[in-house]
Amino acid sequence: MSVLPDVLPEDTRSDGEREAQAERLRAVWKTPTGWRYWTAVNNTEVGVWYTGAAFLFMLFAGVLALIVRVQLSVPDNDFVSAEFFNQAFTLHGTVMMFLFAVPIFEAVAVIILPQMLGARDLPFPRLSAFGFWSFILGGVFVCGSIFFGAAPNSGWFMYPPLATSEEAGIGADIWLLGLSFIEVASIAAAVELIVGVLKCRPPGMKINLMPLYAWYILIVAGMILFAFPPLIAGDILFEMQRMFDWPFFEPERGGDPLLWQHLFWIFGHPEVYIIFLPAIALLAMIVPTFAQRPIVGYSWIVLAAVGTGFLSFGLWVHHMFTTGLPSISLAFFSAASEAVAIPTGVQIFVFIATLLAGRVIFSVPMLFAAGALAIFIIGGLTGVMVALAPFDWQAHDTYFIVAHLHYVLIGGVMFPIIAGIYYFFPMIAFRKLSDRLGKIAFWLMFVGFNVAFFPMHLSGLRGMPRRIFTYPDELGLNLLNLVSTVGAFIFAAGVLVIAYDMLRPKKKQPYAPRNPWNAGTLEWLTEMPGEDWGVRSVPIIRSRYPLWDQPTLMADVDAGRYYLADAEEGQRETMVTSVLSAEPIQCLRVSGPAYVTIFSAFALGGVFIFLTFHWWWLTLGSGILAGGGILYWLWTGTAIIPEKREKDVGLGLKLPIYVSGPKSVGWWAMFITMVGDGTAFGSLMFGYFFYWTIHDDFTNGLAGPGVLWPLVAAACFAAAWAAMLLSRAANGADRPQGLRLWLCVSLVLTVAGSCAGLYGPYAHGMDPTAHVYPAIVWIVILWTVCHGAIGLVMQAYCLAGSFAGRLTAEYDIDIHNVVLYWHFMLVTALATFLVVGLFPLAV
Amino acid sequence: MRLIPKEVESLWTLFTAPTIWAVHFLVCYVGAAVFCAKRNALGLDFITVRSGIGIVTVIALLAILGSGWLAWRQWGFGTHEPPHDEPSHHDRNRFQGFATLLLCALSFVAVIFTAMPAAIITECNP
Repeated sequence: MSVLPDVLPEDTRSDGEREAQAERLRAVWKTPTGWRYWTAVNNTEVGVWYTGAAFLFMLFAGVLALIVRVQLSVPDNDFVSAEFFNQAFTLHGTVMMFLFAVPIFEAVAVIILPQMLGARDLPFPRLSAFGFWSFILGGVFVCGSIFFGAAPNSGWFMYPPLATSEEAGIGADIWLLGLSFIEVASIAAAVELIVGVLKCRPPGMKINLMPLYAWYILIVAGMILFAFPPLIAGDILFEMQRMFDWPFFEPERGGDPLLWQHLFWIFGHPEVYIIFLPAIALLAMIVPTFAQRPIVGYSWIVLAAVGTGFLSFGLWVHHMFTTGLPSISLAFFSAASEAVAIPTGVQIFVFIATLLAGRVIFSVPMLFAAGALAIFIIGGLTGVMVALAPFDWQAHDTYFIVAHLHYVLIGGVMFPIIAGIYYFFPMIAFRKLSDRLGKIAFWLMFVGFNVAFFPMHLSGLRGMPRRIFTYPDELGLNLLNLVSTVGAFIFAAGVLVIAYDMLRPKKKQPYAPRNPWNAGTLEWLTEMPGEDWGVRSVPIIRSRYPLWDQPTLMADVDAGRYYLADAEEGQRETMVTSVLSAEPIQCLRVSGPAYVTIFSAFALGGVFIFLTFHWWWLTLGSGILAGGGILYWLWTGTAIIPEKREKDVGLGLKLPIYVSGPKSVGWWAMFITMVGDGTAFGSLMFGYFFYWTIHDDFTNGLAGPGVLWPLVAAACFAAAWAAMLLSRAANGADRPQGLRLWLCVSLVLTVAGSCAGLYGPYAHGMDPTAHVYPAIVWIVILWTVCHGAIGLVMQAYCLAGSFAGRLTAEYDIDIHNVVLYWHFMLVTALATFLVVGLFPLAV
Repeated sequence: MRLIPKEVESLWTLFTAPTIWAVHFLVCYVGAAVFCAKRNALGLDFITVRSGIGIVTVIALLAILGSGWLAWRQWGFGTHEPPHDEPSHHDRNRFQGFATLLLCALSFVAVIFTAMPAAIITECNP
């Protein structure tokens, strides 16, 4: 039975009381001023910084693209050197993908998702801020390299052997380490967004009433967990080869460059959908608003989002059609590449149907939405062409591919994002952008885009390869390239108009009316100008388009008649609800402004940056600072014991403040993180078996780690896991001595297991630089031992928590989360040690 | 013991059919890739791969049909039309059933797509 009232009770508060409540709420959510402003963690600030930074990186990468186009405008040009050209196109692709397309999705989601869900903030605001600071540091590091002539120069997918060679220089390390750091930020965002969608919806917003945007974000964040970790695993192998000469990708010593291509594209193809789906999600919000009717086929959009999310993982080899894999392998991926057109097409038809069924209001966001569909459909059709292996053999690595991918990405990502900027700008800046400038920008961009990129289909079919820095006069490519360059500048002019429109002073312009587009979803509850609290009170939702269907909703929210209208304890609070039915289950206290997030992000960034230059001591020092910062952050900001068990959140509802285990958001965050972590481990194991498939004797006659020590290690880790279960049980039974005892036992077993694990390959003299077999064995064992070390820190943390009185039978978040970590640890350790110990015997 | 499970209150059921597709896809791809890499050691004919793919395809399709039947039941056997946008337990369930059913249909088609190469291709590298 629902605890939500059907009708709101009569409001008995006096005006004075109501104003006092609002004042307390305002004080709690106030954004810090002065230089402390940068310590803010609230989604509105962090999201805006995030978006702004991503946009700046986009402009930077755009300038690089213009340099590339100028160089190619005439044959035999010497506007830039070949080396600079290589750095420019590599950085263009890298920045657009890693510093614009992925982060802008996270940035926009951080801003609008909580608003759309009527939440005060996402569950882990400091994590969002940490992600932002990591992103900005990593981004500046990667971009800055070009000013020192040290940018990566081997193309945005960094294929070895080119990228492992001497010619690649330090740029390759900057790419690998800088981007690994940013991938950490992406996974942090994924954790935040999944928990946000599943647990922070307003009461009553059942799963069938969730805004479509939230559906897309849920799916995309899930995809990140399975797509980014293979790249992280690949980065580790790659960097070990570059730094320590472990031959993962070197055929002379048993390695294989194809493994990198697999790992890169297992990430790289889903990544296309990871950036496309959230952009399309913006259209799924914009189209119903301007058709002034609910979306036609809500369930079909869910089908499309989930279906695309899954199928996109079966496509990666279509980037590798020319590598000589067996035909049957190519055919599987060709088939899946054709199949993904089905769900992709479904959402396009849903949008068109919604427009046909409604009365369309033409506006700048709609203009960009329509342009997006037109461009994307052309890109989709060429995609169906290159999904056919025989056609791809002809078109591979030509400008036809360049044209295809830009049609997909600019139609599928860039135009929807611009539509979204015009649409959501009043929600963030409280004033509309100019219609006139928007239309000028649209036509410049739409015409410029097609003039720039359509001819590339033709130059590609005429045989122009990608990534050449110039071409001779007599190939018949001159006119096509010149036209492309002219188009690129027209397109860039359009982007500049938008940048100007966003940045121009708007002081004299009046505020936009509230809900300026007459939209139906909750983000448009925003007042103009808005308050920092997000929503005045957290409403009860009964419709997919509550602002259309619940006529008194806005007034009731503003009057503070719903939940959490007050902040009497001076704490930042938001509601946690159940996954399917959105029944209220917890009043969650979220953290406020902090320096520790900035400190931790910069310290962790230092690890990656110092590593690039092989400054080992600084790396170590930075790592210690980062670890210390994160521990301090956890100790002072999480699992805080509240002053009371329950809180009256309004409307007669009392909710617990502290919950643990699967009910708590922290448990879900751990679960989600570990799924991603498990995927990275799976990718390393994939590498192990990959080497087995390509060699007749994958050990190359070299000694393995033996059977004994791996089995001892497996046994120790299994016992450590069992001891963790016992410690949790002891804590549950309120026996703190038992908890501490079993934690200590587990701690000792973890150390023993790690030592035994390392001793196996050490005792057998396995030299990781000799051949790929010892190298891959070492890397999976090192991975597991590092996880053991993290597990050890967690055990020590719980021990300290128990002595400090913050881990008790009643307040037991930490031990539940650590045991959850240990479930994953157990699987990792057993898989590692059983495989490295026993698999060589089995073959 | 019940032969057919009761309706499950979970979001996970939505992903059953696409997961079956993913497992089927992986089994086909990894199976064929390992066969082609190790065929000398295995001493088997390519027809083994093709029939293997045939068998796992039938299993996958049956599993998707099963999941589709559960979804159809959750949807109320089509007695209620979408959009299922009422704030009720009933409509929430119908929505989940309908979305799951759609995903079953997509996964069914996608599994057939994946299996089709095995019907045509007769060698690792013809």
